Amino acid sequence: LGHGAGGRLSAELIAGVLVPALGSAADRGPLEDAALVRMDGTDLALSTDAYVVDPLFFPGGDIGALAVHGTVNDLAMRAAMPVALTLAYVVEEGLPLADLRRVTASAGAAAEAAGVPVVTGDTKVVGRGAADRLFVITAGLGRRLPGAAPSAAGARPGDAILLSGPLGCHGVTVLSTREGLGFEVDLASDTQPLHRLVGTMVAAGGDAVHALRDPTRGGLAASLNEIAVASGVGAEIDERALPVPEPVRAACEMLGLDPAYVANEGCLVAFVAPDRAEAVLTAMRARPEARDAVRIGTVVPDGPVVVRTAVGARRVLDMPLGEQLPRIC
Amino acid sequence: MTAVRAPQAWSVRVRGTVQGVGFRPFVHRVATGLRLDGEVRNVGGEVLIRVGGPEQAVARLIEALRAQAPAAARIGEITVTPDGAAPPPGFRVVASADTDLPQGFAGLPADLAICGDCLDELFSPADRRYRYPFINCTACGPRATIIDSLPYDRQRTAMAGFPLCPRCAAEYRDPADRRFHAEPVACPACGPRLTWRAGGRTATGEQALTVAAAAIAVGRIIAVKGLGGYQLVCDATNAAVVDRLRRRKLRPRKPFAVMVADLAAARALARVDPAAAAALGGPERPIVLLPARLGGALAPSVARGLDRIGLFLPTTALHHLLLHDLGRPLVVTSGNRADEPIAIDDAEAADRLAGIADGFLGHDRPIRARYDDSVVQVVAGSARLVRRARGYAPGALTLPVPARKPILAVGAQLKNTFALARAGQALIGPHGGDLADADSLAAFEATVAQLCRLHRCEPEVYAHDLHPDYLSTGYAQRMATPPRRVGVQHHHAHVVSCAAEHGVDGPFLGVAYDGLGFGDDGRFWGGELLLSTYTGFRRLGRFGTAPLPGGQAAVRRPARMALGYLYGGEFPVPPGPVPALLHRMPAAEQALIRRMIERGVHCPPASSAGRFLDAAASLLGVRDDAGYEGEAAILLEAAAHRAGGRPEPLPWRITRIGGLWVYDWSGTLGALLERGAAGESADDLAAAIHRTVIEVTVALCTRAAERTGVRTVCLSGGCLQNRILATGLSDALSAAGLTALLNRQVPAGDGGISYGQAVIAAARLAGDG
Ligand SMILES: [Fe+3]
Ligand SMILES: [Mg+2]
Ligand SMILES: [Zn+2]
Ligand SMILES: [Zn+2]
Repeated sequence: LGHGAGGRLSAELIAGVLVPALGSAADRGPLEDAALVRMDGTDLALSTDAYVVDPLFFPGGDIGALAVHGTVNDLAMRAAMPVALTLAYVVEEGLPLADLRRVTASAGAAAEAAGVPVVTGDTKVVGRGAADRLFVITAGLGRRLPGAAPSAAGARPGDAILLSGPLGCHGVTVLSTREGLGFEVDLASDTQPLHRLVGTMVAAGGDAVHALRDPTRGGLAASLNEIAVASGVGAEIDERALPVPEPVRAACEMLGLDPAYVANEGCLVAFVAPDRAEAVLTAMRARPEARDAVRIGTVVPDGPVVVRTAVGARRVLDMPLGEQLPRIC
Repeated sequence: MTAVRAPQAWSVRVRGTVQGVGFRPFVHRVATGLRLDGEVRNVGGEVLIRVGGPEQAVARLIEALRAQAPAAARIGEITVTPDGAAPPPGFRVVASADTDLPQGFAGLPADLAICGDCLDELFSPADRRYRYPFINCTACGPRATIIDSLPYDRQRTAMAGFPLCPRCAAEYRDPADRRFHAEPVACPACGPRLTWRAGGRTATGEQALTVAAAAIAVGRIIAVKGLGGYQLVCDATNAAVVDRLRRRKLRPRKPFAVMVADLAAARALARVDPAAAAALGGPERPIVLLPARLGGALAPSVARGLDRIGLFLPTTALHHLLLHDLGRPLVVTSGNRADEPIAIDDAEAADRLAGIADGFLGHDRPIRARYDDSVVQVVAGSARLVRRARGYAPGALTLPVPARKPILAVGAQLKNTFALARAGQALIGPHGGDLADADSLAAFEATVAQLCRLHRCEPEVYAHDLHPDYLSTGYAQRMATPPRRVGVQHHHAHVVSCAAEHGVDGPFLGVAYDGLGFGDDGRFWGGELLLSTYTGFRRLGRFGTAPLPGGQAAVRRPARMALGYLYGGEFPVPPGPVPALLHRMPAAEQALIRRMIERGVHCPPASSAGRFLDAAASLLGVRDDAGYEGEAAILLEAAAHRAGGRPEPLPWRITRIGGLWVYDWSGTLGALLERGAAGESADDLAAAIHRTVIEVTVALCTRAAERTGVRTVCLSGGCLQNRILATGLSDALSAAGLTALLNRQVPAGDGGISYGQAVIAAARLAGDG
């Protein structure tokens, strides 16, 4: 399996292997960050995720905080506020107990800050080599906010595309820390919970908030392509509007990476009806998580996702396969 | 008693490029001159002549078909069969009918440069088309760029909106006239008109031309609506305006093509051998890459640092008039910015070129299809295409194995072309550029749709590259699933494109030297020796690998590639003098790249000949950054041409790894650094490294020939556009008793990939039984 980077390969894995094996129960329209479940007249959202990250600790966060934020954010992308989380560990024999304590403390603090209880958990220890130090598995239950039903298939031509914060910090920080490249001294992961931000956005925009996505693995490019495909639309992005912090830009240039494909853990991209976009953007900027929120582009009726570059060229921003492979002959 | 009577009539079938080139009026003229009876018509892609009369006169007609054919015609096979009773008196040209649509693709002719007869009229004050920019006849003029649908008739072209005046109509209807059925025939009274727009000022007709020429003369950049798209034109002798064009077009270093009035003017700027002269003057009228003369009149920034210059002669009457009135060479380059497609629509051109051109010289004949200028170079005595577009596309090539179903081969990512294969032919679409540009991608899809519609060809099978992220691959994946979708390895397609052009029969050795292509093992290849057929291949040998630090970033910056070879290659370079590169390159960058290599961070390895030459170019101080694709290798070749004498090749070794012969370049690079430190010039070492690659290749091919008994070597891939390698390898392989073949009709670079894909897909379909 070479399907880790969150691009087309993981999409193919899901569509080709996982969904068919799970039968019709799994085949309910577009792939979303969290599933909706209706129970006793209440709209609930349910999400589960497994976290593997090397290194376990990095500037701005660790695997524990990441697991909590990731699941809270997956719920938030369906406009659901977290009600309860579960937390399970697969621990490789030999992991220092101090590390496990530190991860758990961090997860606890993150949950508390997010205002969501961790209601149950599990721990399994496996032999050396059967896991890589520590895997974290979470599940999250959320209650849907009234008045909004964002869905990956909800984007419409003319929608404004909004981005809540700077791109690339998480991916570059983790890569740089793991490989000892030195960029991490100027950088930190952006990992943070986004549900309160979403609450504000829904309050300001209501059902004009058509789609939400947190651009994690595969970065902004993957999120835009996923929404475009699920919604049957195209998108045009303005490169000059993309908030790429200088250290990220410099690191990406040196590493030969495109920041649009680098993972984030603390920002979201929103597709909002044009008449409410300004109101939603203003509401976003009032929150600390999205102080630098910007409009980055517009949904168009069809065609690929396109980036208009600083010099006016229109480059196709397609779904990455996985790693960024050179295409020049 | 019955006497055996000699036949009174014959059926003559002519194959080749015989439609849209004035062939039927030509036959009419000759037959009428010989007092023969009969008729001539287009049938399928061929011309059918039914002729009656004295046998001797008929024999002279058939002789003339070859000897006096119009310049743009290419006569293939001529078959003569006896055919019943004598035709009625007189000789007629029969119009083509819809039912005559060919099974292949011959019905859509390429554009033809203005012919000698029209040129004479253009500059004859007494002629009614004196200085008329849209003059043409059956032997010349627009074709593919004006056609709406087939068969090719005026009412189905962009000329439909220009009703013929009585005089033009008479010429169009007169079989004896040079303009009989010249579909785009026009004159000042009835045809298209020039317009000039600059700021708020406008002018039309002759005045538009005068003002436009004056603007060029005072150092302005103007956009000219050419045959297959807008072109940007300026004075090639004015350094300031050439620099301004570079800034505005966002093209800092890539050389510009220069148009000159005639062969004499070309000879003032470059050395023109007979093969090059023929290419320059041919009806396809390509840009020809020529050895530049020192001290020519051109501004140095036209092709800085290069020993070659791309020249071409005027394509249309409009270009002739501009060159004539200005009396100096002109930069004529495609009307676009950087990687965008050439603009063809008036409004689109006005919008996109607004920031580049100071004025627009346009006209009211729409351009129906995008055809950039073609580029050829003369290597090993033949003109070979570097970019196949106007004048060549959408001409068809033969398929060695006929296609059982219609195939669309979608080509590569850069220098994209596509090929449409049906029955025994593959039609190659025009050069379309880098598909990562959204407009190029849209143009690719539109051109595919247009050519499929014109030929009523519904592709049933899609052939594509194995590279998962090529946008052409993505297109094929959207259109079809296996078995209707066929993946073709990049270098297999390269070598097959060459073999198929030559009609090679049976297995052959393929040498594919290029930048990068996706291998069938999921790794990057580019210095490959294959044992190949039209359906499959076996890898026999390769260059040793080295990492690309930063992937595409290493392609853009050969200095990174050099570090890849020094610190992360498959073979350790022996310790020696510190490469000068390490003094030039920022320490922080070196440290980071070494770390990336050590940790394998975004460092895909590749067995590439192109990347190896890039690294050598950087180690020799020739170029650390590529301003355009292949620049370092091009400058390395230019340096090698400057070398004095024949520098000794560098040491090399072939080793055996995983069942493959592998070129171990560590000794080569070690010696390169040693000899450089000892004072040998970069030019001499550039020549030495070319010689080394040639020696290694001959050794690899000789071993493969011994092992397999296969003695034909097809050489392809972008590196074969390097003249030293192409000629050197042909000569050396021939000297070693092998047959060496090079591409001619399709580029050795990625522009030839689509043809290779089409051939392979057709052969595999046939093999499926
Ligand atoms: Fe290639
Ligand atoms: Mg997620
Ligand atoms: Zn003519
Ligand atoms: Zn007329």
